[in-house]
Amino acid sequence: MINEFKGKVWKYGDDINTDVIFPGKYTYQKMEPEEMAKYALEDLDPEFVNKVSDGDILVAGKNFGMGSSREQAAIAIKYAGIRVIIAKSFSRIYFRNAINAGMPAIKSPEAVEAIENGEEIVVDMKNGKIITSKGEFVFPPYPKTVMEILENNGLINFIKNKIKNS
Amino acid sequence: MGKTFAEKLFSNKSGRDVFAGAIVSVEPDYVMSHDNAAAISGTFKKIGVKQIKYPERVVIILDHEIPAPKESSASNHKEIRTFVNEQGIDNFYDVNNGICHQVFTEQGFALPGKLIVGSDSHTTTYGAMGAFSAGIGRSEVAAIWATGELWFSVPETIKIIINGQMSKFISPKDIALYIIGQIGADGGDYKAIEFTGEVVDNMSVADRMVLTNMAAEMGAKNGYVLPDQKTLDYLKGRAKVDFTPIYSDEDANYYKTLTFDISNISASVAKPHTVDNYVPITEVEGIKLDQALIGTCTNGRLEDLRDAAKVLDGKKVKIRTLVIPASWNVYKDAMKEGLLEIFIDAGAIILNPGCGPCLGAHQGVMAPGERTFSTANRNFKGRMGCRDAEIYLGSPASVAASAITGKITNPEGK
Repeated sequence: MINEFKGKVWKYGDDINTDVIFPGKYTYQKMEPEEMAKYALEDLDPEFVNKVSDGDILVAGKNFGMGSSREQAAIAIKYAGIRVIIAKSFSRIYFRNAINAGMPAIKSPEAVEAIENGEEIVVDMKNGKIITSKGEFVFPPYPKTVMEILENNGLINFIKNKIKNS
Repeated sequence: MGKTFAEKLFSNKSGRDVFAGAIVSVEPDYVMSHDNAAAISGTFKKIGVKQIKYPERVVIILDHEIPAPKESSASNHKEIRTFVNEQGIDNFYDVNNGICHQVFTEQGFALPGKLIVGSDSHTTTYGAMGAFSAGIGRSEVAAIWATGELWFSVPETIKIIINGQMSKFISPKDIALYIIGQIGADGGDYKAIEFTGEVVDNMSVADRMVLTNMAAEMGAKNGYVLPDQKTLDYLKGRAKVDFTPIYSDEDANYYKTLTFDISNISASVAKPHTVDNYVPITEVEGIKLDQALIGTCTNGRLEDLRDAAKVLDGKKVKIRTLVIPASWNVYKDAMKEGLLEIFIDAGAIILNPGCGPCLGAHQGVMAPGERTFSTANRNFKGRMGCRDAEIYLGSPASVAASAITGKITNPEGK
């Protein structure tokens, strides 16, 4: 069960697109997730991969992950160390890619407004709460299907386990 | 209560009466992928299923890095060919066909009433034929290959009504950029979009594909145009299988309805680095350019090439000008009509049909400080391979007029 995430925040702005998260020139190079992680946010914040630590939390403005369907944009961030992303809103495909990669993507415009770059926050998945220095913010729980995918650490494991158990 | 196109389609597919907000697990009719099929096949193997459940529903079209510009892309392609043979995938289109969205449509897979998904964000294009088509991620394609199905949330629908008289200097691309400028790059996020109104009714099938292609840039899950006689004429002798069109009910419940009158708009431009950074071309006229790009899955059809050729006929370009027909069928038709000769005489470079420079992988990469005016659908920072370069977006006529002068130029009156 996924219960809680606690980590340091890296905060960015609105409309962060997939080309700055994971540049197109790498998209058709075959890479393992660990290598993808080296290019996470390369064209937005080239220093990000050197600053981020395992367990950190990414916070962004509206329409995070707009653009291409490239899944590496979710996987690269996850393997760079990010456990959960909170944004004012997500682009649809990015939201799906994050869930399918086993990385919760939480929409909470109020929390994003309140959270300061660099602070430590807690995301309580069980009770749908984000605990920040400026107070607590609730978010609606995921539907059952989505929660099952996250608990299996992504869509592929989810299907693997489903096939194994059927 | 009436249903939207999306609600009807997912009701049919799931065998339940569903409305926006419901989550359903259903079987798509087709699942498209391109060069990323190599990575997808790796993920598929990890699932541990030996055979693709429905190989006849799988379509693979190589287009992103063709012909292979380097060893790694060649190896990717090789891996895909081997996988296609192992799995008995008949719907495979190698590097000599063209851009996936054009080839998929030309080959008759994009059909009214079908649910189509693809590991490319511009999969929305097939909605021009009355299909429900949406982009998905690579793992999701692998999951469909293994199990035949995928989870979807039934989207709410925005109805976009486009009315007015289209001036002869205005193209569907100008309309799309104008609308995105009004509603924003997230104006359609998670939503289904139905394009309707007299302007859409009067558009050719190719023109409608520009709108549904650009629906992705509104953040939409899909874009839809209701199929009419023009659609049926286009599909005659082309459709791969039988189909039944689906139409929205009169009393369907829409998230919102937006009406645009395009009678008085001028040619549109999206400035760097977002597609919703809209201005009328009159506001950016004179900006110096280094490269022009005409074509791609957005504007690489015969109708688009005609628009560009009309402007370029008998003229010379001042900057590097790349022309990419969307498929070899388009290429051949353009050749027969004499359009290619016009491009060559003007000094343009005609590239082989494919994604080319649009995503910065090869062909026409920019240097730092350079500026391209492009008919593609994205102008994100770094999109064309260089983070210190700028991309402006516009219509084929606008880009062609600007190629001649070397600066952004309004095609009106040229």
